[in-house]
Amino acid sequence: MNVPKDLKYTESHEWARREADGTVSIGITDHAQEQLGDIVFVEAPKAGRKVAAGEAVGVVESVKAASDIYAPVAGEIVAGNDQLADAPEKVNADAYGSWMFRIKPDSAADFDKLLDAAAYEKVAAE
Amino acid sequence: MLKTTPLNAVHREAGARMVDFGGWDMPVHYGSQVEEHHAVRRDAGLFDVSHMRVVDIEGAGAREFLRFALANDVARLATPGKALYSCLLNDSAGVIDDLIAYFFRDDFFRLVVNAGTADGDIQWLYSLNALAGHGVAVTPREDLAMVAVQGPNAREKFWLAFDETKPSTQALAPFQAARMGDDIMVARTGYTGEDGFEVVFPAGEADSIWRRVVAQGVRPCGLGARDTLRLEAGMNLYGQDMDAATSPLDAGLAWTVDLKSPRVFFGRKALEARGQSHEFLGLVLLDKGGVMRAHQKVLADSGEGEITSGTFSPTLGVSIALARLPKGTAPGATVRVQVRDKELAARVVKPPFVRNGKSLV
Repeated sequence: MNVPKDLKYTESHEWARREADGTVSIGITDHAQEQLGDIVFVEAPKAGRKVAAGEAVGVVESVKAASDIYAPVAGEIVAGNDQLADAPEKVNADAYGSWMFRIKPDSAADFDKLLDAAAYEKVAAE
Repeated sequence: MLKTTPLNAVHREAGARMVDFGGWDMPVHYGSQVEEHHAVRRDAGLFDVSHMRVVDIEGAGAREFLRFALANDVARLATPGKALYSCLLNDSAGVIDDLIAYFFRDDFFRLVVNAGTADGDIQWLYSLNALAGHGVAVTPREDLAMVAVQGPNAREKFWLAFDETKPSTQALAPFQAARMGDDIMVARTGYTGEDGFEVVFPAGEADSIWRRVVAQGVRPCGLGARDTLRLEAGMNLYGQDMDAATSPLDAGLAWTVDLKSPRVFFGRKALEARGQSHEFLGLVLLDKGGVMRAHQKVLADSGEGEITSGTFSPTLGVSIALARLPKGTAPGATVRVQVRDKELAARVVKPPFVRNGKSLV
């Protein structure tokens, strides 16, 4: 299973990476894209929206099914990756290179509470 | 405990993602559903459809029995090997199952029915047999397996694998089958909108037949691609587009119900009393914003409808659906579909969406 050690994860199969400016980039894990199959639609949230942790903020649809994407931490959306709308298959090809949105967290400590790679591997193996 | 086909180990060895499909452990894809879909539209794909059940109907009254049991009329089948699509109706004209009936001799017909409904169908046929009094033998053939090889190059590649079948199958017209010996049947039928064969054979040969076809460059395809292919081809899926509560007239299947002759068939009275209450048509999503799925609400000028099957069409690159719509809704109309929290515009079309690799919408 492809679970990079330098990222954080959620039980709902998002990955999260802290950027140098303190914002957090979020996408779906390699395991999630594999479960969904061929992805044909990605709807990323718009910048400026205030979100709670665990709030559904975007959608990924594969040929098979639709799946919500959740905000791992509370904060403000500072960017959505609109490029994925035109090339949703990129998520299948490179899940960790396909960030969907960035959040400026209300509290930097919230990021540290997310799952580490070892804990996520257990979640994904279930 | 899930039921397995004789090809279960072959699927697992090929790295298939397996799912529970109506109680059967079946491959949904072997890596990419979309690539498998394209393989069938452009070249050739191979499907394990051994979960479907072959049921033989034998005896002097076989034709008369099926003229009573089926909504379509097997009297139309004059040439041996000719096939007919039909519904099996209940006493309120709901669809118990849809099936293909093959005619071989006046005392021998073969039905191929859906996996999830097979046990109920067989019980139903037993009771109709008792009711009709033709004394036919209804024999489920769990000893047989079935694969479908589909695509523009499917027949050629199948013949490369089994050249001994070519003399008896190359002249087969669409919707016609040939039997070789008692237990091999090759039919020019399918569920993809492409040319190809469905092949029935003894279960013990499944492994070697599968491998020989794959060795000719035919791509193994799962139920995922089978679903997007059949939807593009405008073919109904039992349990989704129609069920025991749905009249065939409300599921776009009026063409399969023969009401011209005075023939008495089970469900006819209820069907005529019930009439048609809905249109059953295709939708092509015009707006971006998601994928149409079963059970989404459709808002048309004359009322509300519901999507019965929806997906993303790999061939067309847009979302397509089959839908039950208010009466009077016609191809060309624009409707709105409730996709999650949005209302998206869709154009009403007459299915199929795709046939023989070409867009029809």
